[in-house]
Amino acid sequence: MIRENSEVILSVRDLTANVDGTQILKGLNLEIKAGEIHAVMGQNGSGKSTFSKVLAGHPAYEVTGGEVTFLGQNLLELEPNERAIAGIFLAFQYPLEIPGLTNLDFLRAAYNARLKSQGKEEIDAFDFDDLIRDKLDVVKMKPEFLERSVNEGFSGGEKKRNEILQMALLEPKLAILDETDSGLDIDALRIVAGGVNQLANADNSMLVITHYQRLLDYIVPDFVHVMQAGQIIKTGSKELALELEEKGYDEVIEAAKVGV
Amino acid sequence: MVTQVQDKPEVSYLQQLLNLAKTQTIVPQNSHLQDLRDRAATELQDKAIPTQKEEDWRFTDLSGLLQVNFQAAKPVQLTKEDISPLTLPEAENSRLVFVDGEYAPHLSTVSQTDGIFAGNLGNLPASFSDRYDHYLDKQQGNSEIFTALNTASLTDVAIIWVGKNKAVETPLHLLFISTADDTPRMSQPRALVVAEAGSSCTLIEHYASLEDCSGFSTHHPYFVNTVTEIWVEENAEIKHTRVQRDAPQAFHIGRTAISQARTSRYTLNTISLGAKLSRHNLDLNQTGEGTETTLNGLTLIREEQLADTHSATFFNHQHGIYNQVHKCILDDRARGVFNGRVVVSQAAQLTNANQLSQNLLLSSQARINTKPQLEIVADDVKCSHGATVSQLEDDEIFYLRSRGLDDRMSRHLLIDAFASEILQKLPLDSLRQILSRCVACRTELS
Repeated sequence: MIRENSEVILSVRDLTANVDGTQILKGLNLEIKAGEIHAVMGQNGSGKSTFSKVLAGHPAYEVTGGEVTFLGQNLLELEPNERAIAGIFLAFQYPLEIPGLTNLDFLRAAYNARLKSQGKEEIDAFDFDDLIRDKLDVVKMKPEFLERSVNEGFSGGEKKRNEILQMALLEPKLAILDETDSGLDIDALRIVAGGVNQLANADNSMLVITHYQRLLDYIVPDFVHVMQAGQIIKTGSKELALELEEKGYDEVIEAAKVGV
Repeated sequence: MVTQVQDKPEVSYLQQLLNLAKTQTIVPQNSHLQDLRDRAATELQDKAIPTQKEEDWRFTDLSGLLQVNFQAAKPVQLTKEDISPLTLPEAENSRLVFVDGEYAPHLSTVSQTDGIFAGNLGNLPASFSDRYDHYLDKQQGNSEIFTALNTASLTDVAIIWVGKNKAVETPLHLLFISTADDTPRMSQPRALVVAEAGSSCTLIEHYASLEDCSGFSTHHPYFVNTVTEIWVEENAEIKHTRVQRDAPQAFHIGRTAISQARTSRYTLNTISLGAKLSRHNLDLNQTGEGTETTLNGLTLIREEQLADTHSATFFNHQHGIYNQVHKCILDDRARGVFNGRVVVSQAAQLTNANQLSQNLLLSSQARINTKPQLEIVADDVKCSHGATVSQLEDDEIFYLRSRGLDDRMSRHLLIDAFASEILQKLPLDSLRQILSRCVACRTELS
């Protein structure tokens, strides 16, 4: 939801970044305010996923220029875990499997890391159990999921729901959903989108990175950005997503280039 | 020619170790035991401590052992208080303790019940003693050098004997403690486990020193050469856990020889943390069809430690099921060796055998030599094997860090997860907790 005078959560100016010496982001600009949902759409190789990983601080991605300000602080100076604690959350396109670490222990460790950084006392196992059971409802997950190893043997849909469960627990100020809809059937998509919608409020913000317009029927964006060759080349309302679906990327990109 | 052989240090050193046993008294005045000793000693004439020229010892250099002039063990009197850090609450009344190879009745807590015996050979009741010679030193492959050395040095035997159709509910804790002093000492424990037809038991075989497992500098070397013979008779079940936490300067050479009869079930969890150099030989021989075998292993070593696991399983009958997972976590300049041999003979049709060796290297100087060795003659079998060697993946660490966990905590959780796949299979809560703490203390990242 767009509101006048709401707090700027993320401000990206002229961001450039390399992967393995190849420049992928080539001067990216974006501003996200509290309460807003932004969608970034683009073809394969346009730099969408690179952008999400740069924001989360993946060590393989090297920022070569520009600025990123998150809630008033220089995001690029922070370690990945410091970014998470400051309020950035990345829902992974391919969540990792960690055999031997139970989902419950993982979630509790993450939650306690945040409490610790806030100078608060860690939560004990019993209180955490109550807390997490409430969050399970957000993504309609059964408690059995907590006893299983993190993402091990999970279906594609279960992995994505598990990402949203983590988001529900950690209550970020900016949630970045990296192709969260890819590979999901319609039922799983509804559950995931429903979870995201429950979590969106006037104080936080969402950056939804997607290939397909379909997700945006369920998570309705305030802004749609088209990304091409490491830049945002066009910004519009949710109708832009429909236009992309209808005309295809090539026509929209051509039109943007000639300034239509 | 003969003189040349005699001059080799590997030959004279073995004779030196053999001579140590002559100074020790055999606990039960038993002519059978004396015969076994004499026969084994004869077999060892002209034999030598193996060198790296031998395939089975290619990656494990025993020359460090030859540098130490070991004396026969001189058992120290310990109190219950001394050993309390090593006891397990679940086995408070079913503990059998040997100190430097000698039975310590005042530290042991076993009580005898009908049809079940846990104790030493000297106290074996008549109802069993007329049969023990069918089992002792009767496993395949006992001519192996260190096994024969152990037999030639026999003074006593730890015995666990579960009679037909008896089920032992409480876990039996077989605790072998070494007390290092200023003189390097050698002890040679021997254990015999017999689970008669239809019986079941849970066994914790535990090698430890009284010293804490942390701190590498202040310890003295000792040498444990141990052999455990296990008979799982028809339809019997043994859940066996073997924990090796010897002192950081110790040498530990151990063999577990198992014979599995028709439709018997045997599970072994091995946890190897201790010793400067350790070698575990695990030999399993299937003597009837329909056996089930599960072998889980975890080796966790660091600094200059070397840990070698050599397992060999022989299938000679149909419908055997075998699952083996061996994991190594290696830090600093530690070296791990795993050799997993599985032989499926022509007669062993419909065998289902799976083996996996997974290794996690925490340092660029750590090293693992892993070798699956499947020899399959039968044509209607399912056999698989695999080996992985990995480091902590940047993407895994990033995933955890992106949830707010710092680098150190992320690494710790990942190492812990790798180990816990084996640790969670341990049958005792207390043991799981002790060893989890041990993993935590050993993987404290600087």
